[in-house]
Amino acid sequence: MLYSDKVMDHFNNPRNVGVLDDADGIGEVGNPVCGDVMRISIKVADDKIDDIRFQTLGCGAAIATSSIVTEMARGMSLEEAVSITKKQVADELGGLPPAKMHCSVLATDGLKKAVDDYLVSHGRDPIAAGTIAHDDPDFDPHAEEHDDACDIPEE
Amino acid sequence: MEDRDVYLDYAATTPVDERVVEAMLPYYSEVWGNPNSLYRRGREAYTALESARERVVSAIGASHPNEIIFTAGGTESDNAALIGIVTRAKPAGGHVIVSAFEHHAVLEPAHFLEKSGYEVTYLAPRPEGYIEPDDLRVVLRDDTVLVSVMHGNNEIGTLQPIRALAEVAHDRGALFHTDASQTLGKVPFDVAELGVDAASFSGHKIYGPKGVGALYLKRGTPFAPMVRGGGQEFKKRSGTQNVAGAAGFATALDLMLAELPAESERLAELRNRVVEGITSIIENTVESATHPARLPNIAHLIIKGVEGEAMLLQLDAKGIAISTGSACSSGSLEPSHVLLSIGCPAELAHGSVRVSLGRYTSADDVEYFLEVFPPIVERLRAMSPLYEKMFGSTIK
Repeated sequence: MLYSDKVMDHFNNPRNVGVLDDADGIGEVGNPVCGDVMRISIKVADDKIDDIRFQTLGCGAAIATSSIVTEMARGMSLEEAVSITKKQVADELGGLPPAKMHCSVLATDGLKKAVDDYLVSHGRDPIAAGTIAHDDPDFDPHAEEHDDACDIPEE
Repeated sequence: MEDRDVYLDYAATTPVDERVVEAMLPYYSEVWGNPNSLYRRGREAYTALESARERVVSAIGASHPNEIIFTAGGTESDNAALIGIVTRAKPAGGHVIVSAFEHHAVLEPAHFLEKSGYEVTYLAPRPEGYIEPDDLRVVLRDDTVLVSVMHGNNEIGTLQPIRALAEVAHDRGALFHTDASQTLGKVPFDVAELGVDAASFSGHKIYGPKGVGALYLKRGTPFAPMVRGGGQEFKKRSGTQNVAGAAGFATALDLMLAELPAESERLAELRNRVVEGITSIIENTVESATHPARLPNIAHLIIKGVEGEAMLLQLDAKGIAISTGSACSSGSLEPSHVLLSIGCPAELAHGSVRVSLGRYTSADDVEYFLEVFPPIVERLRAMSPLYEKMFGSTIK
């Protein structure tokens, strides 16, 4: 299993790490039992992502996908941001090892949750609900079979 | 940053010692005959092979040359022991016991036997990291064919009370196998003293070549060969023998034993420094297993609130090689079965690191590791959305 140079670059020099104190929306996904947790915070202006930060507990791929998704989403409309797919994240990093493809779901789900958090807290309808793998009722991090619990369904 | 190259993963593999390479070279160039041929070239190769075998026999306290079978490594030895003994001793089915924290080289053949109709008990270790003989006694049955418990655990480094376990197994009429891949040459290992019927060894864990191992099979132990053919290795493992490999294995083992007492003491000191250094400098770190009997060269620690692969990669960027029990490093989604078996919660198992020392590890290497590691942990914890919430500060 080898990581691309771009994955290693984003892992070693992650962009946009941290928390926005005056965040408009926050999304948190993952579970420490599965080994990865991500929190993303966004500032929104004119329905666009004006600023973005992340915090991630996880492996190299989890950190790199978190970092790249913040770069991809910055400046995007909310609609565009929630339509980023895990494949786009992986492609942007020059590919991910097959066993690590699920890590990119953490990043896209975190972003979707942050956008919906912003919308709902402003009295608007969520736009990503139903497309968040971590919200899947079958996704039970406390299930006895950890590999099932952490195995996010294919899109 | 300086270009350091600090290898701290000797439990994964070791470099081949120059003296071992020297001992092997003649069997690739000058003495290249087939040891099974009757003419001069064959006899020369045969003599070399049998001399290697004799050296292994005396090194492990076996009583006869035909108790040592050269194999292609520890994994083959484990497979041969489990499947070979069990299927010959009880072809119609029976009961097998293996410890739950065996290497996959034992667990997978055990799963295979299970699928083939045998009943297998996976005996859980105590939380301290060892198999308690009384626990074995409870799960033994009249139809138990074989018990397999490793001598030293390859992850947490704890030593198992093999002699007592073998005695308990024998009391109930079961045979006993131990995987000694991690311990051979590092702690005293004598098959007669331990009372085992079979034992597995690996060349590349003792500064010998990869692709070479040995299986000890006490005379009279039932065994069906896995590799069939020309009947080499006393009809227990066919195929023209790897003479250079056998010579390398025997030389590597001789060197290990000659240096064992002093080296074991030196490594234990370095190991203790690693454990003491990490646990005193970095908050929320703990040794994974507390069982006092352990390999001198393995330190295994839980670094709470950090994922193992991330630590591994950041250390790699500083020229340091270690390993981790996190799921992500293995490409599976499950953290180390060894840590789960001793009751370590998955979220902590993801943050485990194994630092294993060896012949070329210096005190300076250890100090470099202890200097580089804390800021890496601090940085990763600072990047985590959970750490501050759960633990507060990172560095004492």
